[in-house]
Order: sequence, then structure tokens, then C-alpha cells
Amino acid sequence: MHIPDNISKEEEVIVIKDLYKSFGENHVLRGITLNLFRRENVVVLGRSGTGKSVLIKIIAGLLKADAGEVWVLGKDVEKLTGKELRQLRLKLGFSFQSSALYDSMTVRENLEFPLVQNVKHLKRSEINKTVEEVIEAVGLSQTINQMPAELSGGQRKRIGVARTLILRPEIMLYDEPTAGLDPITSIDINNLINEVQQRYHTSSIIITHDLTCAKTTGDRVAMLLDGTFVRQGSFDEVFASDDERIKSFYDYNFIQQ
Amino acid sequence: MNGNSRASYKPGKITRFFLHIYHAFAFVMRFFREAFIPPFHFKEFIRQCYNMGYRSLPLISVTGFITGLVFTKQSRPSLADFGATSWLPSLVSIAIVRALAPLVTALICAGKVGSNIGAELGSMKVTEQIDAMEVSAINPYKYLVVTRVLATTLMLPLLMFYTAFVGMMGSFLDVHAHEQTSFISFFESAFSSINFLDYWASIAKALVYGFTISMVGSYKGFYATNGTTGVGHAANSAVVTSMFLIFIEEIIIVQISNFLRGG
Repeated sequence: MHIPDNISKEEEVIVIKDLYKSFGENHVLRGITLNLFRRENVVVLGRSGTGKSVLIKIIAGLLKADAGEVWVLGKDVEKLTGKELRQLRLKLGFSFQSSALYDSMTVRENLEFPLVQNVKHLKRSEINKTVEEVIEAVGLSQTINQMPAELSGGQRKRIGVARTLILRPEIMLYDEPTAGLDPITSIDINNLINEVQQRYHTSSIIITHDLTCAKTTGDRVAMLLDGTFVRQGSFDEVFASDDERIKSFYDYNFIQQ
Repeated sequence: MNGNSRASYKPGKITRFFLHIYHAFAFVMRFFREAFIPPFHFKEFIRQCYNMGYRSLPLISVTGFITGLVFTKQSRPSLADFGATSWLPSLVSIAIVRALAPLVTALICAGKVGSNIGAELGSMKVTEQIDAMEVSAINPYKYLVVTRVLATTLMLPLLMFYTAFVGMMGSFLDVHAHEQTSFISFFESAFSSINFLDYWASIAKALVYGFTISMVGSYKGFYATNGTTGVGHAANSAVVTSMFLIFIEEIIIVQISNFLRGG
């Protein structure tokens, strides 16, 4: 498996071993094994409904696995108490497919919320400074007093990313960051993911079925098919395959674009 | 590893029913664990008190007033047959304080507040806002459920007293129009028939109803599924379930208060 030279192969921030997850008769994940190194961007590629989002929800402790182990920053997620899991989540940023902005709050309140709830005794000036810094990082300072309903899809995604950055996470989990966006906005989001990695030194798992996103953002690509990773490596390594399923995935994306 | 060590199995209907009861019970018990441990979301609690209490006032005012007025109008002919219309203030006050005010307030709030909580939390659930809170290291149960349940439980007794007051005013208007009874003699007659236990039984009812409405709304919303259809179902089911439970609780509390009265 190819891992780029600029990535330290010694420090694994996420280790997933033999992970299984089923919903009734639907066996979504069938023995997934994956690791994420510090400052690495790993893209998990796969068709809709193959369990990509389930995978990162298990990493974030939102879903429980049926079997297997998930270690995040040296901690076994399944064995953490509620308090320990909350401590760990302070180091995780999760960008949702739907952005999941709080409808009843303005953009500023959305950004402040995780900060105010988790960091006590902050002065108003400190809160404002941090909020302005992250909103400037995603290039949407002009929207700070708007409601989420007034934003476009791309803007919502950016604010969603900004909200996760406010707690300075070590690991970013992106769930379909370009889904439902036009190609130009998708490129903006891909660039944002790379900027976030460079500016905040994050390690990321990016869930997508968009090949442009995978190629632009991924140091490494893992192809998820039928509940298992059939191929891992660089983008070119993964698609230099004779597997018909991988070829058809590539062709489909190519035709779509 | 074969992946089946913790794989979900499909339980039967009866097992599902008991699992559902257990799940709901655990959700309620969690409130008592979380409500008294910091952090306390005081600002959110005050906001919910405003939403649940103050914003319900217009609807409560109209329904309470009409309840008192109509009850008086309907009771007059029966009392007039016995030449006992002077008992109207006592009759109305007993009916309103003991039964109508808590029940009318609870049913109005089940419709307004319960559906509101069910729909709001349901839509937060299906749009992943609750998950977003969780991954931001914020306890969504504490922030969303505890604040709403506390606010509704505390606001309902206040709304109940307000309903009783406007209901009595509606009744007074009718009595005054027919018998020219003064304000003071109407209320003297009304209050002379109500004792300490009546007030406490009504407060207890209102507290129980408030807890039920908000807890059912929160539970239905918190576990909403199936997108927007699920949100509608959560709101509807919150109202239907809480109304059903309110009537069950009414029977139980009336039996207890009658027992305490020695009747």
C-alpha cells in the first residue's frame, strides 16, 4: 500500500480492526480494517448505501459496532464512559452531509455554541476573536449574522466545517462534503479540506463517492465495496485495477462529470 | 471474528413491546440522573420557560375564559330548578379548581407544547442536529430534554392557576349579568368552598401533566426516524400519547385526593 512520504507512518491516530456492523439482515460492514496516520487525508470511496457514513459514525461513537475494534487517539471508543467519550470528541471534528447547522441559531451562534458549552469562563472578546478567525478561514465573514436557512448549500457546508474547527480538532471526519453541490462549489469545498489540513494540521477521513473530491483531497484512497475494503492506496493505484466493480465506479463518475 | 458477536437479532412483537417500555422508562429515569448534575443550561431553561409559558398565554386565556363562561351557563338551568343559583360560584369554583383548570390547561399544552417539542426535536434528529451536538461534546439530552421538561413541569402549575383565574372571571361575568352579584361576594362565595387539599391536588396534577407532556414530546422527537414523515409522526404521536396518559393520571390522582379527603 502506498503512503505518501510526507506522512509519518509511526503515529496512527485512528486504528480500525475487523469491524462489523449490521442493521437487521443488512450486513453493512463486513470486517473493515483501516488506519489513519497523523496529518494524513484518507478518502473512503464507495457507492451510496455501502456503509461509508456508518463507518465514521462508529468512529465518532454515534453508532455501536457489532464486532471489531476502533481506536481513536489511543483510546478504544467502544470502552469509553460517557465522560471520556465527550473528552475524546473535543478532538474530533465531524462535518455532516446535511451540514446539520442549528436552524434556530444565527451563523455566529452556531459557531459559538460548541465553544461556549465546552470552554468555561471565556470572555466575550475571546469568543468573538475565535469565531471571527474560523469564519474567516472558510471565507464567509459576511454571513455571520444570517440564519442557516438564508445560506446556499455550499455556504452551509463551509459553516459546518467552521463550526467543527472552533474546538481545534486533531481529526476531521467529512461525510460526503461535496454531495448535492455544483462542480465549482465542489472544487471550493475540496480546496477548503486541503486548506484546513494545512492550516490546522488535522488528520482526516473523507467519505465520498465523488472521484474529483477523492483525487484532490486524498493522500490515500480506500475503496469500499460489499462491506469490505477491496483496495487501498493512492488514487492511481486504486483505479489501476482489473476489478470490474472498481472500473465501473470510475466509468460512472467519469460519465457523470 | 465472524461479526455476529453483537449482531442485532429481530425480536418478536411481545418482546418489542416490552423493549419499547423499557426504553421509554430508561429515557425517563435518565432525566433524574441528568437534571441534578452540572452543567446546568440556565439560559436555555429560561428561554424554554418563555416559550412554554408566556407564549401559551393567549390560547390559555381564551379557552379558560370560555370554559368558565360555558360551564356557568350550562349549570344555571339545573340549579335554577331547585332555586339554588346562589350556589353557582361555589359549584363553578370547585369544578374549575379541582378538575377543569388542570385538565384544560394540560390538554391545551399537550396540543401546543407537546407537539412543538415533538416536532422540534424530531426535525433536529432527522437533520442530524442532535448528532452534531453529540459530536461537539455537548450532551443533547441535558441541553434539549432536561431544559424542556423542567420548564414545562414548572410552567404548567402557573398556567393552571392562570386558567382557573380567567375561568372564574368568565363565570363571574355570566353570574353578574344574571344575578347582579358583586365581584367581592362572588369570589367570597367561590373561595369558601375550596380547601387547602384542592389547591395541592391541582398543583400535583399540573406538575405530573407538565412532566408527562414534555417527556413524551421529547421521547417521540428524540427517537424520530424516516425524515419529514417521522417528524409529523413524532408531533402527532406526542399529542395522542400524552393526552391518553393525562386521562389515566387524572383518574389516579382523583382517587388519591378523594382518599385523602376521606371520601
